[in-house]
Amino acid sequence: MTDPLLHVDGLTLGVSLGSSVRPILRDVSFQIMPGETYGLVGESGSGKSVTSLAVMGLVKRPLRISDGKILFKGQNLLALPKREMRRLRGNRIAMIFQEPMTALNPLSTVGRQIAEMFVLHQNKSWGEAEKLAVDALASVQVPNPGERARNYPHQMSGGLRQRVMIAMALACNPDLLIADEPTTALDVTVQAEVLRLIKELCAERGTAVLFISHDLGVIASVCQRVGVMYAGCLVEENETQALFRNPRHDYTKGLLGALPRLGSRSRHGRQRLVDIDSIIADRSTLTDTRFIAPRAADGGQP
Amino acid sequence: MTAPLLQVDDLHVRFPISGSGMFGTGRRTLYAVNGISFDLVKGECLSIVGESGCGKSTTALAILGLQEPTDGAIRYHGQPFSGPGGPGRMERAKAVQMVFQDPYSSLNPRQSVRTSLAAPLRLHGITAASEIADRIEAMMTDVGLTPEQASRYPHEFSGGQRQRIGIARALILEPEIVVLDEPVSALDVSIRAQIINLLLDLQEKRGLSYLMISHDLSVVEHMSDRVLVMFRGQMVEEGGWRQIFETPVHPYTRRLIAAIPDPDIATKQTETLERFADMPMPGGRDFASDGSKAPDVFVAPSPSELVEIAPDHRVRLALA
Repeated sequence: MTDPLLHVDGLTLGVSLGSSVRPILRDVSFQIMPGETYGLVGESGSGKSVTSLAVMGLVKRPLRISDGKILFKGQNLLALPKREMRRLRGNRIAMIFQEPMTALNPLSTVGRQIAEMFVLHQNKSWGEAEKLAVDALASVQVPNPGERARNYPHQMSGGLRQRVMIAMALACNPDLLIADEPTTALDVTVQAEVLRLIKELCAERGTAVLFISHDLGVIASVCQRVGVMYAGCLVEENETQALFRNPRHDYTKGLLGALPRLGSRSRHGRQRLVDIDSIIADRSTLTDTRFIAPRAADGGQP
Repeated sequence: MTAPLLQVDDLHVRFPISGSGMFGTGRRTLYAVNGISFDLVKGECLSIVGESGCGKSTTALAILGLQEPTDGAIRYHGQPFSGPGGPGRMERAKAVQMVFQDPYSSLNPRQSVRTSLAAPLRLHGITAASEIADRIEAMMTDVGLTPEQASRYPHEFSGGQRQRIGIARALILEPEIVVLDEPVSALDVSIRAQIINLLLDLQEKRGLSYLMISHDLSVVEHMSDRVLVMFRGQMVEEGGWRQIFETPVHPYTRRLIAAIPDPDIATKQTETLERFADMPMPGGRDFASDGSKAPDVFVAPSPSELVEIAPDHRVRLALA
């Protein structure tokens, strides 16, 4: 059995409000295998983005991790000195964000921003790095990469900017890519292209992905396994197909029922969408039950 | 057949873009909406779908009277609804109202919900305090809030509740037509379902006509009676919801549908496209554009025509 690439174990995190601590994440545990695409899905405030920030080592006050471990290749990231963490971040673990315009530096050309990755993490000279940056742009299918490398972010469309972000994130061939709502700001056809690109590039390079989204459809189309988050807890986890076909947790059932499904009206007529609050009497008990399916590959051993 | 409530006939909106040169040199024209025509019948939901920049919002603004059409006519109950013969703002407000995408920025943060809801009533001559109170109370209940909540301010509500207030504000003058501009795209899945259900209930109860603008095709399929697909300011296909979602003809419509990530068809995107590929092409004629390349918005679109390929199902083809 292979060791997991990322093992988040009992992660508990809260926000300090004066003397009291309000829990944000409660005992979140999941594993990502090398090359696997794992999805975290949930509504606003469920804690999915905070989880990704914790993995990146970007948790700052007033947020505080009170318990748990984040093991990356067996190494606890939470115990790692800042210097070491900086070396990993961007190099072994990379991240793409929802809004590429705010994640890119508006004052620097995109070529230079990608080149910086090679200079910082691979000790390349700027001249070399800028050539590599053009190759990186070509690999994310940006047309005229040589010319585009000299563009500033504002000269590019949203889809192109997100491709630049992907090129930058994958520049050093990271083991893990964290994608936090990477296509939410994009049009559907562009979204489909960007998703295909992430899927293909990561499969090609064996990069594992932690994919965060509120869109169940997007999650279903890219992830092998999915964790559903609600109120800071991972309430259900299963292989994608199994989760969508046979949701077990009330919250997952509610979420899937609340979603208008393409083609469902042709087949069954217009059905009233499920109002989650009508099937769940008491939301406060939702996190009491958790359905974490054992993974088939490791014979049911968590 | 029911007479159309709203008729839009060959609507064009063009924006002059000032050039960088001195004395107006380099002045260009942006072709935002190029010949949109449709009828909206009482009680139906017509959706305009398309991607950012395709002109769907500009079309809606023209109908609301917030954007003067460059060309073309809009008629409401057969009477001019745009241009010099059109109604004033007050009359227009009683006919058409809008629900905005973002309930956070479309409510005045310094006014209580009651003040926001009472203002249009007062402006339209309803001054009796008791009548205003009654109508606000009824409206609040209709959108699933309690009358007591009317004394609160927008920041005291959640996103879903704020959208309910947005709907209440749009309906308080009892308009016949409501323009829904991406009414649920800012909301979480569970809240979205509640608002969609509410909109459908209100439509049935009040006989409202919806003109919905959306890029979310699964919501469009769920809510619409008819669908109009726009690409770069032109209608490329129009039809009943079944025609658009079951037998789409235009390559752009097909690509839009195939691009939707849906849990059920996720693994079958290519299958969706293949299924469509088997469908016969209309009379061997070419499409004016297959919607794959973004044309220059500063150039007038090349001549093309909408051809009826089945009853009430029209597709844009190149001139024969």
